[in-house]
Amino acid sequence: MGRYIVRRLLQFIPTVLGTLFLLHYLTTVGIQLTGNPIRALFGDKRPAPETLAALTSRLHLDDPCLKQKGNPCLGLFRERLVDIGQLDFGTNFRFRPVFDWRGFFDRAHASIITDALPYTIKITIIAFTIEALVGVFIGMRAGMKPGKSLDYSVKISTVMVISVPVFVLGILIQQFITRDFGNFLRGQEWIPEVISRGVFGSAYKQEFPFASLIIPGIVLGMLSLATTARLTRTSVHENMRADYVRTAKAKGLTHKRVIGVHTLRNSLIPVATNLGLSIGGYMTGAIITETIFNVPGVGNQTARAIFQGEPAVLIGITTMLVLVYLVANLLVDLLYAVLDPRIRYE
Amino acid sequence: MSDPVTTATSDNPAVIPVQAGPGVNPQGPTQERAASLWSDARRELIRNPIFLASVSFILIVSSMAILPSMWTSKNPRDCDIKFAKLSPSAEHWFGTNVLGCDYYSHAIYGARPSLSIALIATTGVTLIGVVLGMLAGFFGGWVDTLISRIIDMIYSLPFLLGALVILGVLRQSDLLHSDQWWPPVLVVAIVLIILGWVGVARIMRGSVLSAKNLDYVLAAKSLGASNSRLMFRHILPNAIAPVVVVATISLGGYIGAEATLTFLGAGLQPPAVSWGTMIAGNIDYFNEYKYLVLIPCGLLVPTVLSFILAGDALRDALDPKLR
Repeated sequence: MGRYIVRRLLQFIPTVLGTLFLLHYLTTVGIQLTGNPIRALFGDKRPAPETLAALTSRLHLDDPCLKQKGNPCLGLFRERLVDIGQLDFGTNFRFRPVFDWRGFFDRAHASIITDALPYTIKITIIAFTIEALVGVFIGMRAGMKPGKSLDYSVKISTVMVISVPVFVLGILIQQFITRDFGNFLRGQEWIPEVISRGVFGSAYKQEFPFASLIIPGIVLGMLSLATTARLTRTSVHENMRADYVRTAKAKGLTHKRVIGVHTLRNSLIPVATNLGLSIGGYMTGAIITETIFNVPGVGNQTARAIFQGEPAVLIGITTMLVLVYLVANLLVDLLYAVLDPRIRYE
Repeated sequence: MSDPVTTATSDNPAVIPVQAGPGVNPQGPTQERAASLWSDARRELIRNPIFLASVSFILIVSSMAILPSMWTSKNPRDCDIKFAKLSPSAEHWFGTNVLGCDYYSHAIYGARPSLSIALIATTGVTLIGVVLGMLAGFFGGWVDTLISRIIDMIYSLPFLLGALVILGVLRQSDLLHSDQWWPPVLVVAIVLIILGWVGVARIMRGSVLSAKNLDYVLAAKSLGASNSRLMFRHILPNAIAPVVVVATISLGGYIGAEATLTFLGAGLQPPAVSWGTMIAGNIDYFNEYKYLVLIPCGLLVPTVLSFILAGDALRDALDPKLR
């Protein structure tokens, strides 16, 4: 086990460097193809050259290599790595830092991410809980009785959910459930405000910090819910036919024990990994759901950076998200090795 | 007599030659003996109503993309603000949008960018993924290490997030604001290819690794077959099935991805007409003019669904283990 962990940690370093370089290279080529992104900020107006130059140099976009198409800008990459090492992910055009860890404790050091993160964490926890509980339960029931009605409905509903892009789902739920049905609820006197305005409100409301995140959380969890249910179903279904399950049945163990101990424990290994990996899906999903339901989280800030043409913020937030994703992947891999001893002895 | 035969085929096609025999179907035996994985799959697929329905829908949508003038005589950019926001009528089947453009022609012409992006991206992803995945799996050693490390790097970027950041940086670029329909389509497709090929490469590498040491490959090798012959004549045909399934499904996935990116402001930009821009651009009018959003959604979702269902049917037909 120890050797596996060390090896995995050693692999982690080049992967992080490689991924950060890839991100750096792709965005650099983007800037080289598009020209100085600062100009876009002024729209059709022509800024004074001094203003432009001052802003450009302040945001470290004045490096000459950003004008040479295809140049990987290794110097700039080295600077960026040093910045990341000091937890500096750049600033927006008004010099508000993208990330400042002191912001978690002290309002004076607030930054874009520290302000937004609590909302994203809350919405992710809601989504994750729903995905794990409902997805595993449905998938398990379906996998144990293949070919029955529940199995078919899981199959059909997962395909339906997968084929509806999250943003379409989000828009439809917002319009038909939180607006139309919510308006109906808000017309009823006897329904408490937490439900009518909180849970079924069509946007995030400060007065209901938890209730108004439930539906966005469900929308966010919906996509991975389908994948989880399906994966659990396949995994249980395959394991039901495995030799060791047949052996367990043959030696006369009770049905409960065969299912609970022999089948389920092995079936849930790939599901656990998938649950861990769905954090990547949540990152993009959060951009969509938070934009639709106007939750002031990290995803919303990302979308805002795109619409307002702030590539520095976009790159800063993405870099951070990618780092979180990589660490999550690492933890999932280690967890996988704990759960499945075969992995360690590769 | 015909009844048991049909039940037998659906349960286990391999049994047919024995059960049916020459008496039932005079041409049967010779055909059955030559049956490959693909002809078995074809026979199963043409009897699968879901597969046929999805393929027909895909054909209809493709004909919109290839020959939009066959479906509508109106030009989607021929707009008159006087006729803005008309409800659906005989003159304008799907009504008109806020700028007074005929919405039916928008819906028809919107198929082309969406489908082209999906087709270009899937072709690119499949070609690059198959070649690199096969090289990595077949040669092993440093080739495998190099390719696998690159795959790991790209895999560590969440797909849509990566596409979002690249296209977000490129947002002001002239390429995405071109007057012609294809430069933005190409840019979005290339970004999807850069980030997407790793999935296919991984699958391909896996199936080549497991096919490499099978008896027929070792036999061909001991007969002195060259590396390229081993790869293209022996391993590829037997390892390609999962890739075909993934490619079919990803056609649907990329249509959804384009719409999602466009919705987030990082894909195609108006005046380009695609289902994504139609949804994204009309969201604000949803309250009064529901059809402006529901119509493109109603085309987008069944198209994605058709590709996924077709891919699922292909997977079932191509996987002998499930029979």
